[in-house]
Amino acid sequence: MRFGFLLCGVLACAPLAAQDAKKEIQKYQQMIAEGSPVELFELEGEALWKKPQGPKSVSLEKCDLGQGPGALKGAYARLPRYFKDADRVMDLETRLLHCMTTLQGRSRDEATKRVFGNENQPSEMEYLSAYVAAQSRGAKLAAGTAHPKEKEAFELGKALFFHRAGGWDMSCASCHGEEGKRIRMQDLPVLSKREFARPIMATWPAYRVSNSQFKTMQWRINDCYRQMRYPEPNFASDATIALNTFLTVTAAGEPYRGPGTKR
Amino acid sequence: MKPGFLFALLAFPGILIAQNPADVQKVLQRDFHARGQATMDRVVQDGVQRVCTESNDRPPAELAKQMEADQLKTIAFPQGSLIGDWKNGERIAQNGRGLQWTDPAGAAAGGSCYNCHQLSPQEDSHGTLGPSLLRFGATRGTGPEMQRYVYGKIYNAKAYNLCSQMPRLGTTGTLTSEQIKDLVGLLLDPASPVNK
Repeated sequence: MRFGFLLCGVLACAPLAAQDAKKEIQKYQQMIAEGSPVELFELEGEALWKKPQGPKSVSLEKCDLGQGPGALKGAYARLPRYFKDADRVMDLETRLLHCMTTLQGRSRDEATKRVFGNENQPSEMEYLSAYVAAQSRGAKLAAGTAHPKEKEAFELGKALFFHRAGGWDMSCASCHGEEGKRIRMQDLPVLSKREFARPIMATWPAYRVSNSQFKTMQWRINDCYRQMRYPEPNFASDATIALNTFLTVTAAGEPYRGPGTKR
Repeated sequence: MKPGFLFALLAFPGILIAQNPADVQKVLQRDFHARGQATMDRVVQDGVQRVCTESNDRPPAELAKQMEADQLKTIAFPQGSLIGDWKNGERIAQNGRGLQWTDPAGAAAGGSCYNCHQLSPQEDSHGTLGPSLLRFGATRGTGPEMQRYVYGKIYNAKAYNLCSQMPRLGTTGTLTSEQIKDLVGLLLDPASPVNK
């Protein structure tokens, strides 16, 4: 690449170099997808799903993710959605937490002690998310939009997306608001637009090669707010679910093909 | 359709915000918690954040002018040359830490400059959210006025463009005056790789 610079000068070659870099990144992304350990997380998640836990010593097999107790096929693709029993819009992790506290009789404190894992030990939420999401492969994303609370969540999510605050005056749109931009070498999808939201939302949760960890959407939102210099969002809070609703509804119709593999 | 709804539609075509910023702020106060140095006062919008949110980053010109002048007053310009050590400036530009709940309070922060800007040509891994600053001093000059502009822009970007996406690195205490001078050096010093 240096040689190329010398041959045709900095100005003429800059776009070419950028194209080369983009191609290299695409090649790399394809490569990591082929060798992804996502399946291992799915298997571990299945074991956890079926394992009796908590004071009631029951598994999550009767957990209702919106399609009836234990019905997993296509369930993830229809989240977030309104749940009558909780009178709340819930995303996958929030609903899993609900099942842990109601079905298994676990305390919220205990069940949320370790919602995000690390490279040595993934979290229960991460394994379970991998397993449940995988049962939606091929199903079109169709988060709830009919119930008034679903509409409310969408509107709040949109407002949060454009709301500027925090130590550095940022909104989500500060980075995800303009086409063709990057942070360092990372492309930034304009997530308020359908064509950009679709491929992204169809591949979360995801395995991240750069830190060898499986990550959930709750983590993704949490880590954006960390970098935006905000305080920390509460796990499974209405604000995080609203943002997830806004993004998933914006991506509606895209066939789910996760859990994905990211750089 | 309520009149307010229609107004929002006309004012910001394509982006319709049903919740007003005050309501969103209440949600943030309810659904977020302090962690480390990231305290809850950060979700309370100041005037700049509120006006930029309300106007979708397109504030009325008169109001913007007045608020930019107020922001300019927050900048403490040091005496003498503002061109510090560009080598140290390069390290500060590379460093993306500071103000996050994972960063130890009191530890020196970076400017996160390469996240958004191209600076030294040797660094290929640069963002594009902000304009390229390659050869900044070589093309714009290095006189006292330019030094003052660059120092002020890094210290408080909102004094020059109210709804800029660039953080107010001095006003927020992210960077010290010495660190900002080193960044001015990186941009303006003829010996800096930015200008080679």
